[in-house]
Amino acid sequence: MPELNQYQVKTLKIDGKEVCASEHQTILEVARENGIDIPTLCHFSGLKGIGACRLCLVEVKGNNKLLPACVTQAQEGMDITAHSPQLLEYRKLIIELLLTERNHVCAVCVSAGHCELQALAQKLGVNHVTLPYLHVKCTTDGSHRRFIADHNRCVLCTRCMRVCDEIEGAHTWDITGRGISARMITDLGEPWGKSESCTNCGKCVSVCPVGALVEKGRAVAEMTKPNFLPYLIQMRGKAQ
Amino acid sequence: MDKARIATLWLDGCSGCHMSLLDIDERLLEIAGSIELVFSPIVDAKQFPDNVDLTLVEGALANEEDLEKIKMVRGRTKLLAALGDCAVTGNVPAMRNNFVLADVLRRGYVDNATANPGPPDHEVPRLEPKVIPLHELVPVDVFVPGCPPSADLIHFVLSEVLAGRIPDLSTRSHFGN
Repeated sequence: MPELNQYQVKTLKIDGKEVCASEHQTILEVARENGIDIPTLCHFSGLKGIGACRLCLVEVKGNNKLLPACVTQAQEGMDITAHSPQLLEYRKLIIELLLTERNHVCAVCVSAGHCELQALAQKLGVNHVTLPYLHVKCTTDGSHRRFIADHNRCVLCTRCMRVCDEIEGAHTWDITGRGISARMITDLGEPWGKSESCTNCGKCVSVCPVGALVEKGRAVAEMTKPNFLPYLIQMRGKAQ
Repeated sequence: MDKARIATLWLDGCSGCHMSLLDIDERLLEIAGSIELVFSPIVDAKQFPDNVDLTLVEGALANEEDLEKIKMVRGRTKLLAALGDCAVTGNVPAMRNNFVLADVLRRGYVDNATANPGPPDHEVPRLEPKVIPLHELVPVDVFVPGCPPSADLIHFVLSEVLAGRIPDLSTRSHFGN
């Protein structure tokens, strides 16, 4: 009776706590179900996980590599460490690297106070950056009628790309370049306002964790993001 | 008990951190009895003294005078606190780092000037090519991010130092406002 497999329960340990996982659950899902908070930035509930930001890296006993909890399936007998002084150091370093790679000037950012990067820095205790700031020159695209793309604030989480592709079905957003030169682009690099595929739906703006995709006309700290996507996905699921 | 010798320094910042310090309001009266404010833009001292217990530094390092001042202050201070985002990150003053200094000066003093065009060449300190946070030049003991840091946070820093502790702000503070 193979259909029984979907109800197969796995038992594993996270930070010493015995937890249960159902088939296809990720370590992150199991942890959050059990009140164990693993920090994430690129993860967005309802979108496919990509393990890009590396904040959710955890240790699994017997495995000498760190594994991203958002895309690693929970397995029977796993002994997982989600919090340790070493992991905290790695997570802080990731935040520091993100802060140096672009120009995150919270003091003049429209998303200040509603920014996941700013909140993560506080939560993880990053109160200064030990690495030199790179002061990379970035463009700001204000060609769209309603929205602005400010690459100074982008963390390359690709939530915009995934929501546009997976939910809206337009795939206006994509990524160009590699490493420090990587940039989010609309269509084949045209200004956002000239994009032929963009439906102006604003989903990308609502999932952006930082001040990279924002509505026009917002002043410092005024950009709040609606939390409509989990609802939308739930409704679509019911309709199918 | 001897009074704690406290100083504040204003480098490349907007003075908002000093405003926030004054926003401690009536609690300043409680603190005033335990401290001696030995140097600050809000007192009359002209020379930065020796043997300072705590110096709160507002502002980033942007010109050659800032570099000299912070090195001198570091040498005379037990605890150095970077007060606010400019001192901690470079913040708004460091936004000019994305441009070549000569272009910045030309934009400010030539392109937009209606009289006497040209950058000043005397009496004001020469700008450094890049604006940096304090800890890129001198060791910093306490980081107090915020633009500005709240009055409560500054009060906490002062209270902890007066109690003989190094303030732990790790999750109490955040960048920006």
